[in-house]
Amino acid sequence: MSTTTGHSADLDFPQPEPIDMASGKYVKIWQGPQHPGITGNMSLELVLDGDTIIDCKTHVGYLHRGFEKLMEHRTFIQNFTVVCRIAVPEPAFNEYLYAAALENLSGIEAPERAQWIRTLNLEMMRLASFMMWIGGMSAAFGLYTVPNWTTAYRDYVLDLFEEMTGGRIYHMYMVPGGVRAGLPAGFAKRIREVMDGADKLLDQVERVMFNNTVFKARTKGLGIITPDMIDPYGIVGPNARGCEITRDLRKDEPYLVYDQLDFDVVSGSDSDAYERSYLRLQETRQSIDLIRQCLDGMPGDGPFQADMPNMLHWQIPPGQTYVKAECTRGEYGYFMVTDGSEFVRRVHVRGPSYTHAIAVMERLAVGTNIADIAGLMVSLHTYPPEIER
Amino acid sequence: MANELMNTMLNRLKTDFSVSDIIERKPALTTLKVARENAERLIRELRDREGFTHLSFITCIDYIEDGIFTLVYMLHNYDSNDTLGVEVDISRDNAEMTSIHTLWAQAWTYQRELREMFGINFPGSPRLEEDFCLEGWDDIPPMRREFDTKKYSSDQFGHREGRHSEQPREHMKVTLYPTRGGDE
Repeated sequence: MSTTTGHSADLDFPQPEPIDMASGKYVKIWQGPQHPGITGNMSLELVLDGDTIIDCKTHVGYLHRGFEKLMEHRTFIQNFTVVCRIAVPEPAFNEYLYAAALENLSGIEAPERAQWIRTLNLEMMRLASFMMWIGGMSAAFGLYTVPNWTTAYRDYVLDLFEEMTGGRIYHMYMVPGGVRAGLPAGFAKRIREVMDGADKLLDQVERVMFNNTVFKARTKGLGIITPDMIDPYGIVGPNARGCEITRDLRKDEPYLVYDQLDFDVVSGSDSDAYERSYLRLQETRQSIDLIRQCLDGMPGDGPFQADMPNMLHWQIPPGQTYVKAECTRGEYGYFMVTDGSEFVRRVHVRGPSYTHAIAVMERLAVGTNIADIAGLMVSLHTYPPEIER
Repeated sequence: MANELMNTMLNRLKTDFSVSDIIERKPALTTLKVARENAERLIRELRDREGFTHLSFITCIDYIEDGIFTLVYMLHNYDSNDTLGVEVDISRDNAEMTSIHTLWAQAWTYQRELREMFGINFPGSPRLEEDFCLEGWDDIPPMRREFDTKKYSSDQFGHREGRHSEQPREHMKVTLYPTRGGDE
């Protein structure tokens, strides 16, 4: 068999030297759970020597709502309204993967038009999420102009979602078997208008943010992920692509209609905070391009829903599946086990932040200046809710 | 081609690690069962020799009716794009499993979560005793099937009366015509 970027040696977890807090040389501070520079409610317990971090521990649990347990006691269609709540900025991936897992287990296939609409919806979601992320990233380094632009422009994308699905944040649109409705009349024209504006905005963002000397000076060399960390730490998505690793589920294991779209995997050469940020900017542009391609390639008519059983008494045969998709942060997956009843036996939601925010963050934080910790965290693009579920 | 390689590998695993219940769940997703004592060795072999270098997640399914926990290690091979679920059955009483924290850096976080949510012990795993999501939890591990969320919530927080409300029709009568005792 093939050998990949192998890790032959075992990882070493030496017991850390106990830090003598009583010596008065060190200070312990908490970054979060409520902090403007933090992504969602998560906290970092930092030990500082001067202004350098010498120890970091991630604490989660502030957003734990027990989704996985909750879902074991609700019917399949009731869960459909639960899953989108797992990740607030990107609910569409939860909807899609939940629907895909159920379709896979029950042998239903969504019609072609629904698959195109789903792809369009997911790419719009990626665009909206990246826009919010660009704002967070630049704000973490004190550039407050860019967040005002991108967060405001994200609202135009949310307007499109509202028109398409009825909801701005939680769409509950990709129902098992297809999508809830077709596209409204004249919708394609309005998407194109918003996309043209987004193109112009991203050019401005690039000028103001990525050519800014302060931003460059502070992000270059910050939080470097080396290629030998990728597999042992399970790093995925833009964080991995930052160091010349061209892995993208949309390309490697195409789902929906990604095999019919024309795009290249974007990758960088040196995964520091700047490289990762620039890569995400390029991926934002890629999303805009893919949205246009979806509009061009989408069949004009046809069904958008497969024939489905009675939702109130839907029983799914015993089985097990794992479905995944490339969200803005990498591999997002749903592992689902059914036992033939009206309830799911077990759901496990796999989010990329599970490793990015804990194992990777705790390693990269050591040696970083306290002023850069918020920027480092945002550059890893972490979402605490997908850790806790 | 990829399938042939996969089949050769699976046949070898059958002899070397006595794996059983090999099921192709969907294209490029296979699951297999292995005994607890061979599990760590098998996972190490898959990682180092078969190219399954990515650990997607570790999770647990509670089969309370059979008295077992099924641990699932989802591994992925980026070269062949095959995903392999390694299932290990362990007893529900005295639930314990070999730790694989030296194989992947994120593994100990999963093991910490499994200990908190299912009560499975992983001797030697770092920071296993620390709370993960549930600070100060003193009940049985909540993801076990026998844990009744509704009962827990009513025991813990008690019954809370809803807000006082009036029948709109009666209330309007009394408010609008107080002198007539609510009589129109």
